[in-house]
Amino acid sequence: MENFTPFASTIGGILIGLSAAIMLGANGRIAGISGIFNGVIQPQKGEFGWRALFIGGLLVGGAFMMLFTPESFAITVERAPWMVALAGLLVGFGTRLGSGCTSGHGVCGLPRFSARSLVATVSFMATGAITVFVMNLLLGGA
Amino acid sequence: MNRSIVLISGILFGIGLVLSGMTQPSKVIGFLDFFGNWDPSLAFVMGGAVLVNLVLFRFIFKRQRPLFAEKFHLPTSKDIDWRLVTGGALFGIGWGIAGFCPGPGITSLVSLQAPAFIFVIAMAAGMFLFTAFDKQLKKS
Repeated sequence: MENFTPFASTIGGILIGLSAAIMLGANGRIAGISGIFNGVIQPQKGEFGWRALFIGGLLVGGAFMMLFTPESFAITVERAPWMVALAGLLVGFGTRLGSGCTSGHGVCGLPRFSARSLVATVSFMATGAITVFVMNLLLGGA
Repeated sequence: MNRSIVLISGILFGIGLVLSGMTQPSKVIGFLDFFGNWDPSLAFVMGGAVLVNLVLFRFIFKRQRPLFAEKFHLPTSKDIDWRLVTGGALFGIGWGIAGFCPGPGITSLVSLQAPAFIFVIAMAAGMFLFTAFDKQLKKS
């Protein structure tokens, strides 16, 4: 396990949690990124501005980190472009069908003791693990 | 709604995603590789975030309303149905294939690498596709 980073990952997780708590406590909104992003590309009246601003914030935060640790964006897993496209389609369709992703269901739903979020989280963790297992078999341990 | 707080919250979230390693698909895939060379790091991301919110959400929900809004906008559905389970499963498959979930995919756009753009554009297409699919489903 050459890449084990419990410290950095915990700090990152705490920041993500803080961000979600700030959104909820200040503005009463769940920081679910798939839902927020969907509201930017398929806007509803009066709901576009804050969503665009939040997504903009993700990019500003990313750009800030890019200055200090560009290696944090290293895409070392080489997947064929068509596979990345298929993955994006599945993530877009699936997060809408299931009403959330890692942030909405995982980070925000679990602490609210939402049974729906627990089921969704177990569902995407399990299929994610199975997918990686199958991909490793097919690609010979990529 | 307080706009500057939305921006600050988005920035914090983005920084958190990068620090935690979520913008490295290899780390995400290493975390999902339970049966192989498992890297448990990302359990600390979810663990850290959930623990923080287990504490903070309790204080937040003690209040009648958020600081800068009329009310809390929380999901109302309680149904554990095929949509929830299948949607989660499809998302998980996509997550396992490329190692990106929505937040890290979007944040990675700043690296100007092709896979991030392919992922986010395809994700948007998937969301449009779902809207069309959902319309058809409701008609029938």
